[in-house]
Amino acid sequence: MTEFKIPELGENVASGDVTRILVNVGDTIAREQPVVELETDKATIEVPSSVAGVVKEIKVKKGDKVKVGAVVLTVDAPTGDAPAAKAAAPAAAPAASPAPTPAPETPPVAAPAPAPAPAATGPRVVPMPVRAVPEAAAPAAPAKPEGERGPAAPASPAVRRLAREIGVDVNVVPGSGPGGRITQDDVKEHARRILSSVGSAGAAAGGVAVRASRPLPDFQKWGEVDRQPWSNIRRATAEHLSYAWTTIPHVTQFDKADVGELEQLRKQFKEKVAKAGGHLTVTAMLVRILATAVRKFPQFNASIDLERGEIVYKKYVNVGVAVDTDRGLLVPVIRQADTKNIMEIAVELQKLAEKARDKKLSLEEMSGGGISLSNLGGIGGTYFTPIVNWPEVAILGVSRGTTEPVWKDGRWEPRQMLPLSLSYDHRVIDGADAMRFLRWVVEAIEQPFLLSLVG
Amino acid sequence: MAESVQVAVLGAGPGGYAAAFYAADLGMQVALIDEEKNPGGVCLYRGCIPSKALLHVAKVIDEAKHADNWGVSFGEPSIDVDKLRSYKQGVVDKLTAGVGSVARLRKVKFVQGRATLTGPNSLKVAGAGGETELQFEHLILATGSSPTRIPSLSIESDRMMDSTSGLELPDVPKSLLVVGGGYIGLELGSVYATLGSKVSVVEMTPGLLPGADRDLVGVLEKRLKKLFSAIMLNTKVVKVVAEGKGIRVTFEGDVAEKEQVFDRVLVAVGRRPNSKIPGLETTGVKVDAKGFIETDPQRRTAERTIFAIGDVAGEPMLAHKASHEARVAVEAIAGHKAVFEPQAIPAVVFTDPEIAWCGLTESQAQAEGIEVEVAKFPWGALSRAITVDRPEGLTKLVLEPKTGRVLGVGIAGSGAGELIAEGALAIEMGATAEDMKLVIHPHPTLSESVMESAEVFFGQSTHVYKPKRKT
Repeated sequence: MTEFKIPELGENVASGDVTRILVNVGDTIAREQPVVELETDKATIEVPSSVAGVVKEIKVKKGDKVKVGAVVLTVDAPTGDAPAAKAAAPAAAPAASPAPTPAPETPPVAAPAPAPAPAATGPRVVPMPVRAVPEAAAPAAPAKPEGERGPAAPASPAVRRLAREIGVDVNVVPGSGPGGRITQDDVKEHARRILSSVGSAGAAAGGVAVRASRPLPDFQKWGEVDRQPWSNIRRATAEHLSYAWTTIPHVTQFDKADVGELEQLRKQFKEKVAKAGGHLTVTAMLVRILATAVRKFPQFNASIDLERGEIVYKKYVNVGVAVDTDRGLLVPVIRQADTKNIMEIAVELQKLAEKARDKKLSLEEMSGGGISLSNLGGIGGTYFTPIVNWPEVAILGVSRGTTEPVWKDGRWEPRQMLPLSLSYDHRVIDGADAMRFLRWVVEAIEQPFLLSLVG
Repeated sequence: MAESVQVAVLGAGPGGYAAAFYAADLGMQVALIDEEKNPGGVCLYRGCIPSKALLHVAKVIDEAKHADNWGVSFGEPSIDVDKLRSYKQGVVDKLTAGVGSVARLRKVKFVQGRATLTGPNSLKVAGAGGETELQFEHLILATGSSPTRIPSLSIESDRMMDSTSGLELPDVPKSLLVVGGGYIGLELGSVYATLGSKVSVVEMTPGLLPGADRDLVGVLEKRLKKLFSAIMLNTKVVKVVAEGKGIRVTFEGDVAEKEQVFDRVLVAVGRRPNSKIPGLETTGVKVDAKGFIETDPQRRTAERTIFAIGDVAGEPMLAHKASHEARVAVEAIAGHKAVFEPQAIPAVVFTDPEIAWCGLTESQAQAEGIEVEVAKFPWGALSRAITVDRPEGLTKLVLEPKTGRVLGVGIAGSGAGELIAEGALAIEMGATAEDMKLVIHPHPTLSESVMESAEVFFGQSTHVYKPKRKT
């Protein structure tokens, strides 16, 4: 009998809610066959089986919260017990028995001397008997949490006072000194880390960011209400956006692009793209334009590393595209958008959007974006102020194009104008650069030939 | 119209006056209330200070006697008890007057009299000049403690003393029974024994200084056995009767002579918090089963406006704990997030030799199942101790085995009380044995014992040869 456990689901995903079970006891399943659907913080995913055989027992049910490593079901191997046992055994073997590498020869001195071995010609150095084992002293594991047992955190009274004043539990601060001693800098650094991880850490630590801290009034006083559980996706979105909104100093700039020429080209080639399996949309064309734009303006494809005090410039161009689904906002990513032509992008976008709506989008497909695009033009509106999709630093919002009188060549002309809203992180991007960037995008829209000319 | 202040402090001992002064330094209007003429409390008037003056004299007498061994003879001391008493009183007067003048300089309003609380923001004080009403935003209760009275030992007789009357030094009795082998009994017993009394100590438990580290007590006990005429352990006093010649005491326990007569009896069986404060019931302050006022880590009581510090707020009943709590409470009143969270509160027994400790003790570690390693340095190998002919002594470190972090320090020996401060600093700073051994200590001093005990942990003490353990 073999167990199937929840595999690694993706970065920072440790658990999910079972939303559907896709097999029944007695079913014969194959490897890679989806057996259970999980809603995680970031997406709903179908988890494929890593084992094959006849389902003997299903150990989870709809609504369960399951963690990575939890047993989902057990199967009997299709050809009887004996081979199954054999099949299971070798699989377990490498994990169970680590290769018997010969232990390195240990010097007579028990503890590792920090000094390098002396050269043969140098004076003989007697290794100091190091009593304070550095490994033990290393503060990798946060010291005692609340369990008051054992000695308190090794921090001086002044450090303890500082921690208390700024609201840090000194007992969980990793100390950088000998014996894990905690310095004032350690406390400050820890506080900084907490601040920058709020939101990205998700419900566990960052929950405070969105949790209403004030009591709510009794809404029923004024009429009937309906209460629905806050879904994981909505909650994750809320925390993510709250973090982005509170930490990024946002500026939004607006502009209009004459989209007439682009629209004409779109109509001209949409049949061709449809044959390839895509929709030639303004979104697809804008993805390509954005990809080229961030190559010209690398600070728009960057992230801030607060901990290290650095700006990370990405040498790849991945563009996220916000997709509206019935479960909330999802942002699949077009990878290496700068190396793909508009037709390829249109086809890929079509597939991703379908996947998003069918809850088939993998976490992988939603991570790694460098800049995002949010097109609400299909619904309407003039301008809006999109929130930067942290850790990115810019997002382009697109509203509905309208026909407007434009003064051109000495007379009024009816032109189709597309409203654009660019939000950006003012910590990395200056206003003038943002305007230059947006002008570049506008010009690329108005003169599509620019893409092939300089893109 | 009642006067109003931001902070009123009830009780002017080392907790109360420290609180009042600090609050004044932070710019608050402060009133300090006490029944004595000057601030000082039990510590200055009837405790730490007079006892230390007398213990100093005792030490000089003892050293003079010792000098015979070094070829210097002073002869038998002649003791003028009245002059000795006035020396002691002079010390007390000087210090209390000093604290009083510092209070005036700080513009702390000192109110002499007996206070009655009238609510969470008011009290009245009955003094010589009538009644004073006082409104306060915050009140700090620092009313201290008093000697525990045992009903069966409370008989009407001049020959019965407690620590307060014992410090008055009425005379040097021929024989003195000290009831209680705690630090107060041993300190006062040492004074009287050195002045010439035959001192017997009776203790209910199996050892002197219950709760203190046995290694340290062992060092002291050796010497006390010579100084005192009897140490009766596992023994209870069941009856005392005043007779013409003295007090007849009946014992029960490990003692041969069940009835003995003493010129005087000193009862020193502990102290009780002074929490029966008049009018306390007009506030929300809560008192626990042992009589201590309940406080949170900021020393705030169940009544938001009232704090409690020092002996009345809990063990250990030590002046330096009280003055530290005073600062915490005042900072809390000033809006800081200060809490009382010491890692080490040093305790000192001012006998000769002294014993002192702070932080975790070996027995406490055992009881709580905390794994520790203990490094001991005997003073027999300490040059300074030999030069002053006091080689009996021991410095021990209680260490976290993996990191060598100093968790506790215990010292027995002449001057241990001064040496323990380094231990407290080490514990509070999270120092390791390695830190302690790498700090240069002056030679030749007793402080080297701290450094060398840290070296013992590494098996490298200069003056103690300890073969390496086989591994």
